[in-house]
Amino acid sequence: MKVLVAVKRVIDYNVKVRVKSDHTDVDLANVKMALNPFCEIAVEEAVRLKEAGTASEVVVVSIGPKACQEQIRTALALGADRGIQIETDTMPESLNVAKLLAKVVEAEQPQLVILGKQSIDADNNQTGQMLGALLDLPQGTFASDVKVAGDKVNVTREVDGGLQTLALNLPAIVTTDLRLNEPRYASLPNIMKAKKKPLEVKTPTDLGVELKSHTRLLNVTPPAERQAGIRVSSVDELVDKLKNEAKVLRGG
Amino acid sequence: MSEYKHPLKDTEFVLNEVVGLDDLCHESGFEEINAELASAILTEAGKFGSAVLSPLNVVGDTQGVKLTEKGVEETSGFKQAYRQFAEGGWNSLIADEAFGGQGLPNVLGTAVNEIWQSANLSFGLCPLLTQGAVEAISHHGSDELKQTWLPKMISGEWTGTMNLTEPDAGTDLAAIKTRAVPEEDHYRIIGQKIFITWGDHQMTGNIIHLVLARLPDAPAGVKGISLFVVPKFLLDENGHPGKRNDVHCVSVEHKLGIHGSPTCVMSYGDNEGAIGYLVGEPHKGLSCMFTMMNCARQAVGLQGVAIAERSYQQALAYAKERLQGTNRDGSRFSIIKFPDVRRMLMQMKSSIEAMRCVALVGAASVDRAGRAQDEATRRKALARLELLTPIVKGWCTELAQEVTYLGTQINGGMGFIEETGSAQHYRDARILTIYEGTTGIQALDLVGRKTLLNRGESLAELMTEIEQTVMALEDQATLAAQGRALRKALDAGQAARRWLLDNASSDPSAAGSVSVQFMMLFGYLCGGWLMGHSALRAQTLLGAGKGDPEYLKAKLVTAQFFSEQLLPRTQASLEAIQAGSGSIMALNEDQF
Repeated sequence: MKVLVAVKRVIDYNVKVRVKSDHTDVDLANVKMALNPFCEIAVEEAVRLKEAGTASEVVVVSIGPKACQEQIRTALALGADRGIQIETDTMPESLNVAKLLAKVVEAEQPQLVILGKQSIDADNNQTGQMLGALLDLPQGTFASDVKVAGDKVNVTREVDGGLQTLALNLPAIVTTDLRLNEPRYASLPNIMKAKKKPLEVKTPTDLGVELKSHTRLLNVTPPAERQAGIRVSSVDELVDKLKNEAKVLRGG
Repeated sequence: MSEYKHPLKDTEFVLNEVVGLDDLCHESGFEEINAELASAILTEAGKFGSAVLSPLNVVGDTQGVKLTEKGVEETSGFKQAYRQFAEGGWNSLIADEAFGGQGLPNVLGTAVNEIWQSANLSFGLCPLLTQGAVEAISHHGSDELKQTWLPKMISGEWTGTMNLTEPDAGTDLAAIKTRAVPEEDHYRIIGQKIFITWGDHQMTGNIIHLVLARLPDAPAGVKGISLFVVPKFLLDENGHPGKRNDVHCVSVEHKLGIHGSPTCVMSYGDNEGAIGYLVGEPHKGLSCMFTMMNCARQAVGLQGVAIAERSYQQALAYAKERLQGTNRDGSRFSIIKFPDVRRMLMQMKSSIEAMRCVALVGAASVDRAGRAQDEATRRKALARLELLTPIVKGWCTELAQEVTYLGTQINGGMGFIEETGSAQHYRDARILTIYEGTTGIQALDLVGRKTLLNRGESLAELMTEIEQTVMALEDQATLAAQGRALRKALDAGQAARRWLLDNASSDPSAAGSVSVQFMMLFGYLCGGWLMGHSALRAQTLLGAGKGDPEYLKAKLVTAQFFSEQLLPRTQASLEAIQAGSGSIMALNEDQF
């Protein structure tokens, strides 16, 4: 069984995000970039399926400028077998990503596609669902457990009310939640091996996809800085402030 | 508890712009290694260091180690971390590919090692010692010894130790008493060794001790010492650890720092005699040790860089969050706004960056010497390696004392309180000027073997190279002041060299009296040289619109600070050197 994993290059979660002075976007110049944590979980799950003998090949695909090959290499160092980079100047929006991935799925014919449920930069939580719709494949989102059984995959989903387990027919789309697994550290020998693993570069044109913009970024502003707190002298004063200043309590 | 984050950007700058990693790899036949791969390796090692080793640093300090009936029990959590470390293949980085190593350049291994040592100095000592033992066997062991011991030491399944010191034989190894008695195809080792780092633990299935001892027919003094492999467990016919060998840890030391690293008194042959195997030729043990001494000493110098970095990160975080000033509107500000706190932080930062340059340039000289394509290049690289080694060890570890001192100072009263973590770095740093040859020994090595023995030729060559950087700096309008400062320090270096060559033979106490000042002078000079070089590279990159401008602009300032605030120390050293041995040796012993 072939598993396809989509990964995204995002700002490292340790970095304090700054907004460009003209408020057009987040400032990514000279900022440390990394593999999106949800995508890392997706890679880990695929590699575990391979180690368990369930998967025969793990293919990693990423979309973006040449620099995103770093993240593909990271995934290869974690144990994926080969990589595909779809070269674009900037990071396209979700629907374009889903269309590009759909073409890769058509060409590669994986039985299972694993994606992160969202990327920590835009937090859209859209691509997996859109991919499922475009390909008309069953989807199990927010997975905290994935078990392949014959021609089905049982996906336990983290939903508001608790856990929901779905049996999906393969091929299927799975998006990962944080508790699915704890990704390993890449070992030194695997980092060395990763640089020799095949990495194919394609363009949207190769895949016959025209990138279109459906949304427009108007402006980006940082969250308001938190104001210093004040000390109240009594419970009455607290209640008064909650009613009249914060307006979170109704008078009564 | 303080967090550790690897300063990847600075390490990459030093590797790529100061050492010239790509060129080095090309010249030295590491064809597949480049900056990109180095970055991937450093990034992953940085993650592992921060997430796995760093949280155990304070545990090692507070909990320490325990000697029980089954031997030394290491700090809880270390065993699991060590297993992950070995499984990650980190032990194999620079080791020979023929025995399962990755065969990567020493300079890259050194850069990665900084991460382990910063994250957890006590833990980091274990692989450091294993690496030393691997080198000793690799260079001097028979093929059979290599096949038997190396693969599992390189994979990290077994660890290694170095057993030199005895109660009466520290710096003076000629006094070693441990005996080795021939028996069939092996030897029986009998004696006691002290200060054995990671001499016993429960983390791995075997521990391979390298032990200096005397054969029955050994001549007296250092020419009668041989080197032996003595495993904790003898191997069965399948090569697996079997019968317990007659070597035991009988005591662990209570120390000022590095509490997580067991420092053992090892007893060999309390019963039938510990079985050992000769490494290299009889009576040549000390020269076996010498070949790896360069690497071991440089590794300890690097520990100086590493602990200084850790202390800096802690102090910087504190300086940014500690509110201890009040604005006119009543709002508070943090102590990083105070000029004197800035002075301390700048001193830490620029010292560390200069030390990192010196340590990595020293590490690169190991690659150049070991893999030179022709004899002339090899000889030149070896001379540079030998010259830089006592400077890396002596100067970096001495400077680490000052940096960790400042780290504690920035914390004010809280720095004296253990919970903030600064005190641990200060205490842990203290061993570094002592083990693997004290500062005094490094300095004697520099003035003696590395300078007087070649009539100052190695130093002259180094200073010719420094002169190039001086001229390049003077050519740049914005860096000319740094060029002048470096020239002044270079002149001091020239004068110190001349003074030593002129006075060493007429006054037998001269070299020993001035040696530490001499070493510190050349440490600052090398630091100033490479910071000057860094400034030139930063300026070029900025001009070309390459790299991170904020980082590069900060590098220019850090280099400027070094030239203004630290390089002048060379003048004071020179004056002290020129005063000679007079007042140092004038009192008779009763006058003390």
